[in-house]
Amino acid sequence: MSAGHSTYTPKTGLGRWMDARLPLPRLVYDSFVAYPVPRNLNYAYTFGGILSIMLVAQIVTGIVLAMHYAASTEVAFNSVEKIMRDVNSGWLLRYLHSNGASMFFVAVYVHIFRGLYYGSYKAPRELLWILGCIIYLLMMATAFMGYVLPWGQMSFWGATVITGFFTAIPVVGDWIQQLLLGGFAVDNPTLNRFFSLHYLLPFMIAGVVVLHVWALHVTGQTNPTGIEVKQKTDTVAFTPYATVKDAFAMVVFLGLFAYFVFYLPNFLGHPDNYIEANSLKTPAHIVPEWYFLPFYAILRAITFNIGPIDSKLGGVLAMFGAIAVLFVVPWLDTSKVRSAVYRPWYKLFFWLFVINAIFLGWLGSRPAEGTYVAMAQVATLYYFLFFLVIMPVLGLIETPRRLPNSITEAVLEKKSSAAVPATEQAKG
Amino acid sequence: MRKGIFAMRNVLHGLAALGLGLAAATSANAAEYPIKKPVEQDWSFAGPFGTYDKGQLQRGFKVYREVCSACHSLNLVAFRNLEDLGYSEEQVAAIAAEYEVQDGPDDAGDMFMRAAKPSDHFPAPFANPEQAAASNNGAAPPDFSLIAKARAVERGFPTFVFDVFTQYAEGGPDYIHALLTGYGEDPGEHEIPEGTHYNPYFISSASLAMAQPITDGQVTYEDGSPETTDQYARDVSAFLMWAAEPHLEARKSTGFTVMIFIFLLAGLVYLTKRKIWSDLH
Repeated sequence: MSAGHSTYTPKTGLGRWMDARLPLPRLVYDSFVAYPVPRNLNYAYTFGGILSIMLVAQIVTGIVLAMHYAASTEVAFNSVEKIMRDVNSGWLLRYLHSNGASMFFVAVYVHIFRGLYYGSYKAPRELLWILGCIIYLLMMATAFMGYVLPWGQMSFWGATVITGFFTAIPVVGDWIQQLLLGGFAVDNPTLNRFFSLHYLLPFMIAGVVVLHVWALHVTGQTNPTGIEVKQKTDTVAFTPYATVKDAFAMVVFLGLFAYFVFYLPNFLGHPDNYIEANSLKTPAHIVPEWYFLPFYAILRAITFNIGPIDSKLGGVLAMFGAIAVLFVVPWLDTSKVRSAVYRPWYKLFFWLFVINAIFLGWLGSRPAEGTYVAMAQVATLYYFLFFLVIMPVLGLIETPRRLPNSITEAVLEKKSSAAVPATEQAKG
Repeated sequence: MRKGIFAMRNVLHGLAALGLGLAAATSANAAEYPIKKPVEQDWSFAGPFGTYDKGQLQRGFKVYREVCSACHSLNLVAFRNLEDLGYSEEQVAAIAAEYEVQDGPDDAGDMFMRAAKPSDHFPAPFANPEQAAASNNGAAPPDFSLIAKARAVERGFPTFVFDVFTQYAEGGPDYIHALLTGYGEDPGEHEIPEGTHYNPYFISSASLAMAQPITDGQVTYEDGSPETTDQYARDVSAFLMWAAEPHLEARKSTGFTVMIFIFLLAGLVYLTKRKIWSDLH
């Protein structure tokens, strides 16, 4: 769509001068003003914008926090408490940053589920989807290392458990783990390199976001019908239409964010992280942050050996596999129809997948014993079945509903069906 | 056909195993600690408009000073912070002067003791964790600066979902109050190791190393508040919540302004959105 001709005409002398040398205003105009977007985008499509705001918010609060934080095991815990107690508005900065991470993940999960529901990953948007998966992976690494910095009990033991995963890898596992830790156990070198990387990765995320947005602007956005844009009436200009809709969604999302920051700032955290790290005292239950819990449940669901793969390596493979499978989703889905709106069976399995993912999250917070293990195994099985069996098979056997001819037709249909009485609608 | 029967049998076995496992999990849960969940108390600092009750904080501070501070440090709190409790600068200086802190080295290179100043932090009762453990039957008493945020009994599903809407964030003080008032006779169902004391509210076991630290009438209140264990526990829990979250009032009052702002902004942006989109149809 950006292949279309640029409609930018500089109005001032300075604008023309600039345009002949560095057409940055033209780029901005073409990408964020005249850029055509499908007219039927719903609020599920506003989370991309919300995510970019969250990234900026995290970087800004993070940079100020780094001015007051000290990455040394001797003082890290107390330096965070100094921020909370003595730095002007330090409590606000710190709660914004810690809750901001959670909100970032809330938004990214909605964004990913929206992509899965509307088939946003299908050709020609495979690279767009993969770039998104890379951003998600970088986010997880950043969030994990950020959680280690306050040097609380969960910071320390979470780092110990997660870096321990790597020892399951044959031959090079121990070496990788020691490289990550800078030693044989989580200690000062670990904290220092995590701080360094925690500062670096967000900028790498920003870089991949640029590629992600670029790829998006090449293919254009999908929309709830999954039908490509065919005519001018299918689209509206990004500004003001999408901008104002995104802005409204952002303000509402900021409301949710503020609610947690000001009224429940520790709700999404773990009380144990207000106890300073102690390598001699293991907490009763080591649990990661909520946004990792589904993967933690998958990790612990593999309690049996599979041939030469012992349960430890099996768990790690399953956990990484649960993320890796996302990368190949564009080729797992064999359906000719993009959107779940026209795929009654896919729609059902999709919602089951969402419920299953939340259920896995809850299981991740439970101790790995008794029925919880069996339930996690069933849920893990469904997680992989959804991608590896349901997606490819359903695309071949499902009869989709009739698709409208264009986005405009879909919009008009929706409007007329809203106007006629319910009985008429049932017939149609 | 045989295959079908086998599959059927496997499914049935699986279901039976699931059922058994479920029973096992429930019993395993029942054995988890604490034996009793804390009873929710009314706190002045709960809810969106919560504020600390200064009188209560002063009473709680008195309890901490006269009872808890013998074993529990308050490392992160400075005397100057006590102005939050309603004390004047002079009063704070006078309180600080009652404590001795180590300073130095002086010109001769020696460390020396002097009266504390408002900028000093509360001195710890023990020189180091090892000494603290050695003087307390092997269990070092935890620091109290963050204890009200570092202890909370898990709420469980679905309560934790409701907590989002009721803004329940008082798990710490509820727990401390429950623990201090929860000592009692062991019903004999649990193994109580030598030198520990039964308390069904203790978060990680049936008993803890600390004996009941406070009883009725132990601390004298000047404001006429009841001198009961329950009142002491309530007051010291509030004081510890303040110690852990000194900016709670600023947080909640700022929050209200922010929420009003976001609400109005959302309304205005929504109306703008409607106006802009209306010319499309």
